[in-house]
Amino acid sequence: MITLSHYLVLSAILFTIGVTGVLMRKNVIIILLSIELMLTAVNINFIAFSHYMQNPDGQVFVFFVMTIAAAEATLGLAIIVALFRNLETVNVDEINQMKG
Amino acid sequence: MTDAIVLVPLFPLLAVLANLTFGRRLSEAKVGIMASGALGASFLASIISVVGLVRMESGNRVVEMVLYEWIGSGTFSADIGFLLDPLSAVMILVVTGVGFLIHVYSVGYMHNDPGFARYFLYLNLFVFAMLLLVLGNSYLLLFIGWEGVGLCSYLLIGFWYHKDSAADAGKKAFIVNRIGDFGFMLGMLFIAVTFGTLNFTKVFAEAPHVFESGQGMVVLITLLLFVGACGKSAQLPLHVWLPDAMEGPTPVSALIHAATMVTAGVYMVARSHVLFDLAPATLLTVAIVGTLTALFAGTIALVQNDIKRVLAYSTVSQLGYMFLALGVGAYTAAIFHLMTHAFFKALLFLGAGSVIHALSDEQDIRKMGGLRKIMPTTYRTFVIASLAIAGIPPLAGFMSKDEILYSAFNSTHPGGAGILLWLVGILTAFMTAFYMFRLVFKTFHGESRMDPEVEKHAHESPRLITAPLTILAFLSAVGGFLGIPIFLKANVMHNWLGPVFEAAAEYGHDTAEAVHSLGTELGLMGLSVLVATGGILLALTLILRRPNITEEIRSDFSFLYDLFLNKWWVDELYDIVVVNPLRKISGMFWTEIDGKGIDGTLHGIGRSALRSGGLLSKLQTGFVQNYALSMAAGLVLMLIWVLF
Amino acid sequence: MGLYDIMFYYLASVAVITALLAVSRANPVHAVVFLVPCFFHVAGIFVLLGAEFLAAIQILVPAGALMILYLFVVFLFNVSEVKGQRITHRKSFLAGIVAMLLIFLLIVLSIQSLFPGPFEELIATNIGIDNTAAVGGSLFTKYLFPFELASLVLLVVMFGAMVLARREEE
Repeated sequence: MITLSHYLVLSAILFTIGVTGVLMRKNVIIILLSIELMLTAVNINFIAFSHYMQNPDGQVFVFFVMTIAAAEATLGLAIIVALFRNLETVNVDEINQMKG
Repeated sequence: MTDAIVLVPLFPLLAVLANLTFGRRLSEAKVGIMASGALGASFLASIISVVGLVRMESGNRVVEMVLYEWIGSGTFSADIGFLLDPLSAVMILVVTGVGFLIHVYSVGYMHNDPGFARYFLYLNLFVFAMLLLVLGNSYLLLFIGWEGVGLCSYLLIGFWYHKDSAADAGKKAFIVNRIGDFGFMLGMLFIAVTFGTLNFTKVFAEAPHVFESGQGMVVLITLLLFVGACGKSAQLPLHVWLPDAMEGPTPVSALIHAATMVTAGVYMVARSHVLFDLAPATLLTVAIVGTLTALFAGTIALVQNDIKRVLAYSTVSQLGYMFLALGVGAYTAAIFHLMTHAFFKALLFLGAGSVIHALSDEQDIRKMGGLRKIMPTTYRTFVIASLAIAGIPPLAGFMSKDEILYSAFNSTHPGGAGILLWLVGILTAFMTAFYMFRLVFKTFHGESRMDPEVEKHAHESPRLITAPLTILAFLSAVGGFLGIPIFLKANVMHNWLGPVFEAAAEYGHDTAEAVHSLGTELGLMGLSVLVATGGILLALTLILRRPNITEEIRSDFSFLYDLFLNKWWVDELYDIVVVNPLRKISGMFWTEIDGKGIDGTLHGIGRSALRSGGLLSKLQTGFVQNYALSMAAGLVLMLIWVLF
Repeated sequence: MGLYDIMFYYLASVAVITALLAVSRANPVHAVVFLVPCFFHVAGIFVLLGAEFLAAIQILVPAGALMILYLFVVFLFNVSEVKGQRITHRKSFLAGIVAMLLIFLLIVLSIQSLFPGPFEELIATNIGIDNTAAVGGSLFTKYLFPFELASLVLLVVMFGAMVLARREEE
């Protein structure tokens, strides 16, 4: 018997994996990738609830989330490109110009 | 016709506003005409108003004109209005009349002074404030004028502000006045609380019903009011500012510190006579303070060498006489003496100004002498004024001073206090005659002791200066006839002011009736004349005929001489007891409490803000992952809280 | 155990495993390559939930376009992998703790019996119409305004990306 909770747990696990990636990896591209993973996990959550509540609004929201995820990934990569040109590194340890 | 009263303060006010706007751009002549013209117009308006008053029936001569409802707060209300009655009529005539003469004089005296326009600005402002003071229909308006004249006094004393001594004198005047004002304000507060109003008509109508004679509250109120009067009218112990006020231009001394401002205290007490009648203890205090002040100031005037200082102490002394009169309930006599004193004291100061002006600002009488040939008009008018103040009949001073002494003798105060007061008064009269003629002889008679340079330029003063002198001399001579002795039954002053002080008769005060026999009265009069003449003769002998004796007396009585010369060391005493401790405390407040305490606290707050900011900025590591970590940690904490 | 359950467990476990692998690779290319099947299996989860339109979008956008984009950037910068270098940044121990806690809490949250009743199995959410029509119907009526806004956002992003990545003129 697959209940709503199964989907929610799946979503939670994927989300946390994404969080781990964001918090622990050095490579900034991997961090962005993990963010994608987090967004996808959230989408699972939305669709699960949409199905449970018999309401398409949740799926519409997923639509928008995907849009924004795409936008965010694009811009994020553009920033990394610009960053790499100036700092020659994609290593987040070495990027602390905003200190203080 | 009495409606013209509103014009009386209006003209000086307009002159002030005009002067403020474009005074500096006008020529001296124009400023002078504008300022004096305003006073002249005021004087005419006063005459018209008073004529209107005269035409009214004798007992009903009270015109209250309310201009504006000012405060209406709960049960307390105050309005702005003028009260024209015989008392204020006398005051406005004196203020505007003598004021006008002094303005004209000042045009000549202040010629070529760089602050010419500013001088007349302050002078007109002063007259405006003084008129508010005497015309006001309530203690509130009186007090506004009171403060206004105090301000102008400060501005005018310190007129030559680049002179340290002048600036200090202005400050001293204002601060000492403030002490008196404190008492005055407390008194007004109690009046407002007791009566719910400060309006004269209302307060005085209710007072006999609210208070019993001698009740604590009315004694308190009157004492507090008297403290205010002491400050403004330079009585013991708040007299110290008046001699220093001589730093100002001489016409200022004439107007403010002889004829008008210092008399404000006398006016105020006379106006409040209903309250004072209910407090015999205060009246006795007033009389004693006045007499002691008269004596005290007289002793100092005996030995001063600055012509203006002698006159200043003489003013303090004569004010003491006025308070003596008030203190024995002779309100009319006090106002009479106020009026005659205005004439001859203003004349004396203006004459002194004429001398100072002619001698290129020399004020030390030891460096004068023989001026009567060089400045005949000044000399003659000065002598007339001196005779008046000494109390030689039939000049003005004799009439008024004699009435005061007689009232003192007659007074209803317990334990024969009246006679004691009379005795001191007579002694002071003797001193007055002596020091005035010492001044006359040293300045105008004898060999010239002037600096040769000064002597070369010495000349009689121009018309602008001598004309007012002559007019005032005339008034000093005949002004006394307004108050000729009671037994002649034609006393204009009493007839005029009688209704104002009617209620006082209940307490045996201010009677126009003779108490003792005609013989006693004549005898006392004769004694006064004798004493005055004696003083003059003594001065003649010591100063002119036998100057060497004065040297001997000076060395024999050196202690007394030093005591008097140094003004009984009152200023020094105040320095030790009041001024220096106050300075130390202020200094302590400045460095410790303000500097370290308050500034320190504020700096401390600033420093702690900076420090905590510095600490918090350590959170900004620049590593994005640290920020993400803190977000995740926050999320975890929230979840813990929600779930458990 | 019906077909549904088996499909679910298969899709779920592969998704999780590939996700774990993706996050833990040193070479970013490997990471991207592992993430693609993860997304595919998530699309499968979407289908299980009756949202086949979104499953298609999931394959097209995240799995397809975005992963290719990432690969582009990775290749562009030729980020080489140096042996022996750690893949986690310094001071990441605390992060690990937090992540553990987070997963624990989220699971607790998820399995609390806040959601009573059995879960519907593969029932079309709208009678008579399919998922695409349902989503479309809602999207173009109730959520028209956000839809337009989203297109505006994409426009801005396009410009933004161009501006950010532009090479400065010499």
